[in-house]
Amino acid sequence: MTLPFAIIAGLTVGSAIAAVSLRNLVHCALSLVLTFAGLAGLYLQLNAEFIGFTQILVYVGAVSILIVFAILFTRSTEPKDEPSTVTPWIGVAVAIGTFLTMAVSILGSPVSRRAAGPMGEVSVKTLGQKLMTDYVLPLEVMALLLTAAMLGAVIIAMREKEAK
Amino acid sequence: MSPLSGYLLVSAMIFCIGLAGALTRRNAIMVLIGIELMLNAANLNFIAFWRFSDTPETQTGLMFALFSIAIAAAEAAVGLALIIMIYRHFRTANVDKVEDMKG
Repeated sequence: MTLPFAIIAGLTVGSAIAAVSLRNLVHCALSLVLTFAGLAGLYLQLNAEFIGFTQILVYVGAVSILIVFAILFTRSTEPKDEPSTVTPWIGVAVAIGTFLTMAVSILGSPVSRRAAGPMGEVSVKTLGQKLMTDYVLPLEVMALLLTAAMLGAVIIAMREKEAK
Repeated sequence: MSPLSGYLLVSAMIFCIGLAGALTRRNAIMVLIGIELMLNAANLNFIAFWRFSDTPETQTGLMFALFSIAIAAAEAAVGLALIIMIYRHFRTANVDKVEDMKG
């Protein structure tokens, strides 16, 4: 385990904890941005440059802005964060149990002791060529899904105005 | 600790933090943030397993992560539109207060 990995991993996990535990929703969204940026750094460390920059564009750029807008739209008359009706310790205990199960199986598995092999011919160019040849059908389905999701989101969010 | 298990442990930690957030927070936006964290943890697993596989030049893990990011973006857009709609209808984003269909 190298020092850059330890720094980025600590930052990512710490900001993820802040993103789900802070009381102020805007602070949560900003911590989430830090988590997404840290994950992009981990992708860059794993030689996945294109995915790392896609992560920055889509998550740090678009999804976090969407979340901030949703927070601003829904908090005008909202009272201060109310105490939850069920005790939160059940959820935390479930999460810790899940983590311990996964950690035991990761550390016990022979797969996790593999070393990184040579990279071979991997570049954005080959990625684009594969997208346009082997993966062209999933790409088109994805385009259709994104169009449908965008139209659906606009129609869901606009319906109230039409009724008036 | 080997490099791959380090990445897998970080991914498991982020997944469980997202799970804890989705289970304990009552604001619908916080539940969605937890789900986003879980999706990102899965993406980190795809990339880590791709990098440490025998044939990284096939780029299968990269493709899967790329499509997963696109689906997560669509999911976030529709989910936040639904939350805004629920807020307009019920005047609250608290998932415990939305109980019209409770039997």
